[in-house]
Amino acid sequence: MSLRVENLRVYYQTLKGDVKALDGATFAIEDGEIMGLAGESGCGKTTLGHSLIRLTPPLKYIEGRVTLDGEALPIGDMEGMNAYRFKKLSIIPQYAMNAMNPTRKIGKMTSELLGSRGVSFKDTLPELKRRLDLVELSHDVLNMYPIELSGGMKQRMVMVLSTLLNPSLLIADEITSALDVASQKAVAEMLVEFRDLQCCSSAIVITHDISILYQIADSIMIMYAGQLAEKASTEVIISSPRHPYTKLLISSLPEIGVKYDEMRLEGIPGKPPLLLNPPMGCRFRDRCPLAFEKCMEEPPFTDIERGHSVACWKVLEEDAQA
Amino acid sequence: MLKLDNITKVYRVGTFGGKELHAVSDVSFDIKDGEVVSLIGESGSGKSTIGKMILGLISTSSGSIAFNDLDVSALRGSALKEYYRNVQGVFQDPFSSYNPIFKADRVFDIVREEFFPGVASSEWKDKVERSLTDVGLNPGQVLGKYPHQLSGGQLQRFLIARALLLDIQFLVADEIISMLDASTRIDVLNLLAELKSRGLSILFITHDLSLGHYISERAVILYRGSIVEMGATEKVFDKPLHPYTKMLVACVPRLDKKWEDVRIELGAKKSGLTTGCVYYERCQAAGRSKDCAMQRPPLIKAGPDHLVACGKL
Repeated sequence: MSLRVENLRVYYQTLKGDVKALDGATFAIEDGEIMGLAGESGCGKTTLGHSLIRLTPPLKYIEGRVTLDGEALPIGDMEGMNAYRFKKLSIIPQYAMNAMNPTRKIGKMTSELLGSRGVSFKDTLPELKRRLDLVELSHDVLNMYPIELSGGMKQRMVMVLSTLLNPSLLIADEITSALDVASQKAVAEMLVEFRDLQCCSSAIVITHDISILYQIADSIMIMYAGQLAEKASTEVIISSPRHPYTKLLISSLPEIGVKYDEMRLEGIPGKPPLLLNPPMGCRFRDRCPLAFEKCMEEPPFTDIERGHSVACWKVLEEDAQA
Repeated sequence: MLKLDNITKVYRVGTFGGKELHAVSDVSFDIKDGEVVSLIGESGSGKSTIGKMILGLISTSSGSIAFNDLDVSALRGSALKEYYRNVQGVFQDPFSSYNPIFKADRVFDIVREEFFPGVASSEWKDKVERSLTDVGLNPGQVLGKYPHQLSGGQLQRFLIARALLLDIQFLVADEIISMLDASTRIDVLNLLAELKSRGLSILFITHDLSLGHYISERAVILYRGSIVEMGATEKVFDKPLHPYTKMLVACVPRLDKKWEDVRIELGAKKSGLTTGCVYYERCQAAGRSKDCAMQRPPLIKAGPDHLVACGKL
């Protein structure tokens, strides 16, 4: 068991009060698992990713336990986390295009980065070059400034940097969203290759693009309004989802082969609730076609099958009857 | 309705403008009444440049754009204003299309000042409300709000409603849904399809092939400023002939099928050959054959309503 998160609550502090961006998340990731994390913007997926590695104000740690390889992570403690960051736990930030220092050559920046973690650049260099070959970047990039690289190249460079010390867990935040289809596919497949070569033992891939996750993820977790809606293996989420939100989300995706004239797809009416004062009970209630009285209470995130968890009263009721 | 004839856009680059960059070269296609044409290409392929040239936001270097047999580049003064009554654009980022200091409905007031100065307030209010209802918004909920109080999907529909106030015939939709969430994306797409059925022609600029496939009748695939393949959507997507289109179609993430093993050439895009096929450097079919490097293949007919520019066919 690589990562285990129990009842994690992280709020944003604002002048109007706490925004409950992540409200009670419990899940686990196995060794070697690539877990996709999907949902609409503002559902808390990036908050979850960030709170695992760099929980800074206005984010506030409320409660919850996170263990990585059996070791408890002090995620609320900025200083204490330094021992884990980059070595055990690493992130490819959103818009990695701007993640590199523009005033340093990439090689120099890498050596400073490794120095700050007490790792010798010289000893790491052969491995770094091997990784550059893996992502099809020439070794010359180390003598270049970030501005000399194209968007796809920067993305791949940041990927190499983030995984250089073989972290146990890699958090990849929207790594494919700003890229063209061809580089999107290349970057996504490289991530899988990195996992296969043990450059990182497991990964969380945060994206709003479920079709990318279908290609590379082993399991998918769907979030809605700061809470977990459903988690299952990729096949199950795509072919037989149970939560009404997952169902609606997947059926609203246009694909090649679908045309407006032949099949009209429908979006999800309404919009997610504000998380400053989230409604009581199930947060999807107002938009849910299946909502009933029981939904005034908060549904528990329960295992309905091995490896398949859902937070929905209707699903629990159906399964109880069956 | 709209006819592009060999349009080219050349930028001067380099320290003293000594070099030329062909952002768009010799692009010709036409859009008929009530038709949606999707213009597909990766970043830097010149797709937005074409949209901006149609809207007259940048000039063309050569070639002509004709709207109902009227040369667009020659329009000045009142004739140009008349053109904007018929042709409007909506752009990628709804958040930066508004001035955050003013309420979002200011975009409607500007249209009124410019185009309908004689219309009475109550009549105008009705018109705005009808237009908002047409794009699926509830006027009571969205009027009088500031841009930050509305969602991206709402703002984007606001801009479409603004364009509809003018009874336009042609809309340039430049990546209008790439910034929206999956759940609202499809609503804006359906809205476009509905407007099309009422006779509006749309140039749908996108890099997302599945979105292009969903609403368009015809597709134009652009690579580095040149058309490599165009034709009826089903033909281009189901039986792509150009190696670039084939690669694009194979790279689209789908929900019914896993990616096939396609080799993707990741080489940096260089300035490109001035002679020869635009796709030469990344093409695997080309081998290193002389013809592809020396001669630019013309768009040739590969079947009814299907044109391809590849020397290997």
